[in-house]
Amino acid sequence: MAADDDLPLLSVRGLTKYYGDRLGCADVSFDLFEGEVLAIVGESGSGKSTLLSLLASELAATSGAVRYRFRDGVTRDLAALDEAERRHLLRTDWGFVRQDAREGLRMGVSAGGNVGERLMAVGARHYGDIRATALDWLGRVEIDAARVDDTPHGFSGGMRQRLQVARNLVTGPRLVFMDEPTSGLDVSVQARLLDLVRSLVRDMGLAVIIVTHDLAVARLLSHRIMVMRRGFVIEHGLADQVLDDPREAYTQLLVSSVLAA
Amino acid sequence: MSTTGYNFAYLDEQTKRMIRRAILKAIAIPGYQVPFASREMPMPYGWGTGGVQVTAAIIGHDDVLKVIDQGSDDTTNAVSIRKFFAKTAGVATTTRTREATIIQTRHRIPEAPLREGQIIVYQVPIPEPLRFLEPRETETRRLHALNDYGLMHVKLYEDIARHGHIATTYAYPVQVAGRYVMDPSPIPKFDNPKMHMSPALQLFGAGREKRIYAVPPHTPVKSLDFDDHPFAVQHFDKPCALCGAERVYLDEVVLDDRGGRMFVCSDTDYCEERRAQGHAGAMAPDGARAQPGEAGHGR
Repeated sequence: MAADDDLPLLSVRGLTKYYGDRLGCADVSFDLFEGEVLAIVGESGSGKSTLLSLLASELAATSGAVRYRFRDGVTRDLAALDEAERRHLLRTDWGFVRQDAREGLRMGVSAGGNVGERLMAVGARHYGDIRATALDWLGRVEIDAARVDDTPHGFSGGMRQRLQVARNLVTGPRLVFMDEPTSGLDVSVQARLLDLVRSLVRDMGLAVIIVTHDLAVARLLSHRIMVMRRGFVIEHGLADQVLDDPREAYTQLLVSSVLAA
Repeated sequence: MSTTGYNFAYLDEQTKRMIRRAILKAIAIPGYQVPFASREMPMPYGWGTGGVQVTAAIIGHDDVLKVIDQGSDDTTNAVSIRKFFAKTAGVATTTRTREATIIQTRHRIPEAPLREGQIIVYQVPIPEPLRFLEPRETETRRLHALNDYGLMHVKLYEDIARHGHIATTYAYPVQVAGRYVMDPSPIPKFDNPKMHMSPALQLFGAGREKRIYAVPPHTPVKSLDFDDHPFAVQHFDKPCALCGAERVYLDEVVLDDRGGRMFVCSDTDYCEERRAQGHAGAMAPDGARAQPGEAGHGR
């Protein structure tokens, strides 16, 4: 077990995606270890969402490989998984918090059902247990237990995102992808969500890959930062190092264009 | 027979072969929805075009056909389909469950137990049990293929969360032979246990949706549920008001505008048979005389 911890959880080598002639992202390589938070930053169209989709095996890469260390300790190439294994991985060991909560939630299903769906998908068949777990998780993401039977239609943007977090974390995943989880929320709601995510990440020892264009989010959550531009990773390092002492001209521009409060 | 120039049982032979191939495949993969090239039938969608095509494809000269709609032999849908086959195939028809070799049904399974050699054909409006949870056909097919039915339980979860119990009372999802989850057509969940290990062959036809599926004889059919909310059928407080039958599915009949009502067997043939045997319920006419059936028995 101790030896396993020295191995990366996710290992990415030479990941490249072309949409026809157009480049999505090129030659991305990195390792992610358990409990580590990696932020991918860059402006719109820099390839960060493409990269996230590739990592989450939602898109097929043109070349390169993503390897993941499963709970049994064996590291496998994700491209070699069959559809059933991939789905199982997505709903047990992984989570995906989407920018638009309507994509990540079932809007016609109650909050409790949303949280319980993953449990039922992996075979939970005891209503009382599922509901108790759902209530527990709603509490952990600071949603009033009285809202457990309401659909997300009536939830505010911040509540929807927190519900998404609960829905993804209920199976105790080890790796969570987040695609701009705070965009579209007002500042105080953002702060609350970030606070929540940060404490959950710490408590559960989650590895997180978060895509954001907001450097403040990256600074607050992440240990490491990857800066992307036009499909390439142009800078990669510890969060403070990249933000306080950016090497690349483009990163310097990004950092300097953050509005001072 | 006045059908010179027409094919036996309406459909042409090529169409029948196509439908029979679909039926054979459906029987080979219990609960799996087999696409087929559904034809236009001389009745509107929703009136049993799928069931009629299945019946037309399997019916032979020696068959005896019974058609029911909500358990009744003498409602419009049942009468017109029975007449249709009497005219196009010239087969004998009956209202008696025991005498029939093919029973086409909408919304019920007869009370009298089916036996080996009988075929029951269900008219199906929406064959996809996951349809209202997942609107994309590509995705529901994938879910079936991957045996990925967590979503079905989400629906049952929602039922319990909203109503305190599983409030789905008809078209209650079942798992066939431990594999495919299937919509049993809009039969009351009261009838679900009758599908389990039934000695009769069960065929399902959906005309508009162009799907055929089947449950072969002696196949386990399990209604989905939760460990702490087990599947249970409807329970009626009173027996049938006409024949006194218990543990049967009852229809409510409103008698006046002052709250008067009676509960009677939804299976009219079963009720008639019992009354003919001398059983009488609380509201049976004096002397419990057997009422002459509306539809003729055989031809």
